[in-house]
Amino acid sequence: MTHLAARSLAVSLGHKPVLGGIDLAFTPGRLTMVIGPNGAGKTTLLRALAGLVTPEKGAALLDDRPVARMSGPERARAIAYLPQGGAVAWPLSVASVVALGRLPHGEEPDSLPPLGREAVAEAIAAVGLQGFENRPATALSGGERARVLLARALATKAPVLLVDEPIAALDPRHQLRVLEVLRAYAQGGGTVVAITHDLTLAARYADEVVLMDRGAVRAHATPEEVLTRDHMAASFGVEARILNDDGRLVVVTENPLPSAS
Amino acid sequence: MHFLRRPLIPGLSILLAFLAVASLAIGPAPISPALVAKALVSDQGSASIVVREIRLPRTLLALMIGWGFGLTGAALQGLLRNPLADTTVFGAPQAAAFGAVCVLYSGLVGALSWALPVAAIAGALVSIALVVLVAGRNTTIVVLVLTGLAVGSLAGAATSLAVSLSPNPFAVTEIVFWLLGSLEDRSGVHVMLVLPFIAVASALLLAAASPLRALTLGEDTAKSLGVNVQRLRLMIVLAAAIGTGASVAVVGSIGFVGLVSPHLVRPFVGYDPARTLVPSGLAGAALLLAADCAVRLIPTGAEVKIGVLTAMLGVPFFLWVIFRRKAELAETPA
Repeated sequence: MTHLAARSLAVSLGHKPVLGGIDLAFTPGRLTMVIGPNGAGKTTLLRALAGLVTPEKGAALLDDRPVARMSGPERARAIAYLPQGGAVAWPLSVASVVALGRLPHGEEPDSLPPLGREAVAEAIAAVGLQGFENRPATALSGGERARVLLARALATKAPVLLVDEPIAALDPRHQLRVLEVLRAYAQGGGTVVAITHDLTLAARYADEVVLMDRGAVRAHATPEEVLTRDHMAASFGVEARILNDDGRLVVVTENPLPSAS
Repeated sequence: MHFLRRPLIPGLSILLAFLAVASLAIGPAPISPALVAKALVSDQGSASIVVREIRLPRTLLALMIGWGFGLTGAALQGLLRNPLADTTVFGAPQAAAFGAVCVLYSGLVGALSWALPVAAIAGALVSIALVVLVAGRNTTIVVLVLTGLAVGSLAGAATSLAVSLSPNPFAVTEIVFWLLGSLEDRSGVHVMLVLPFIAVASALLLAAASPLRALTLGEDTAKSLGVNVQRLRLMIVLAAAIGTGASVAVVGSIGFVGLVSPHLVRPFVGYDPARTLVPSGLAGAALLLAADCAVRLIPTGAEVKIGVLTAMLGVPFFLWVIFRRKAELAETPA
């Protein structure tokens, strides 16, 4: 079990404070979704947890060890990170791109050991891209490419999986499919943290929701406790209705509130 | 394409062996390949002198320097995720030449001193670091090429200034001819002067293979895969400067080999930056060796300068790459 946490985590980019002393703990086996308005610091939080930005104060901790002090390969084996958007610079095959996820294990794409090959095949199957293995990743549609990149992160088989807006470029069917993959990853014992703007899907798939606003955590609890009219108004600046559809929360945003900045 | 991958390195090696023999045989006094072999291992009178003292150093220099250029081009294209990256485009040869000219001009050292490659390396380092710093991250190809153009022009102007202020007309002629790039009249001392630098640059660049692969998915992903991106950048910039600087110090300005070589091997090995490195180095060696044979075969009074030939072939190739990839280059960040 790998416990990921943020302790008094403060990050500035340039001279601009982006995260101000955040305390969070993520539980293995649970899927946590991070929501919040644009510029709330969600991506910076994820990058700090992944050890990609150095905190100004406090620390991101993995089993009580500061992530920033771990060696590159050690950190990479423990934390798989999928950035937002994500480009593929060269027309590598889908299989080669996914195999990059094995680099932290010292496995090179052209000489994968059986375990690595298995992990790659499993990851490709998880995102439903069997048959695409030899296609150049640059020739795929945006949604297909997003799934290839997710498969790359899955192939590392790290105990922690951090994904930044994994469903933003996907059609509804593949959104559900990717969220199923993330849920299965968590149910397999992984600590999964995903950023999303889809509040209804967050309500449906997340075990926990973190609401961020202006560099701080406004709420961290179950979807029912976080996705409330008050939070929608205070953090997103929108008037919203929270419906209960046979036990499932549906968030319907209605009007921007005049006071919202 | 997989069947094409395997024979590439052996194929290029055979081509290199063939070109090396040709390079030892071709010249004002043609020597048959059989005599070349004999002259290398036993005393064959004047043939041995020509082959060992005149043509062997030139052949070895073309092999080493071509290899260095090819490898550097592939690594820089991988680092910047850009098929137009090369030391030539970054103005490094001009900057290295300026460094070397400063040393030559000062008259403090002879053309065979270590100070010459060191000054050239310093010049190349400044230019490459400047381009990578100003344009290397999250920028477009246009900015990259423009920065390289600016740095190269500045170095070229500074060199011209140094040359025009030179009090000695003979030194001017020597510097100008040396600037054009040539492997003519080089000796074993030149080979020994450039060898350690090419060796160090090669070691640094080959060690970058796996990190370059991770960089295909961008800096953040590469970092998350355990790559120290800053160190990688430093390693490649340093290696590119060392290889280019030492080469320019010994043979003058020879450009575009590093730009062309990776493109020549990609149809065979694919786009994986790690897989491109060694074949691109071998292709660079073959290109420079072939160019050096060609300048000896072109029937002109004085030998055509190899730097002139590579530029005349390289620039149209550069334009062709831009033309072919115009659409994607317009929107691809470097």
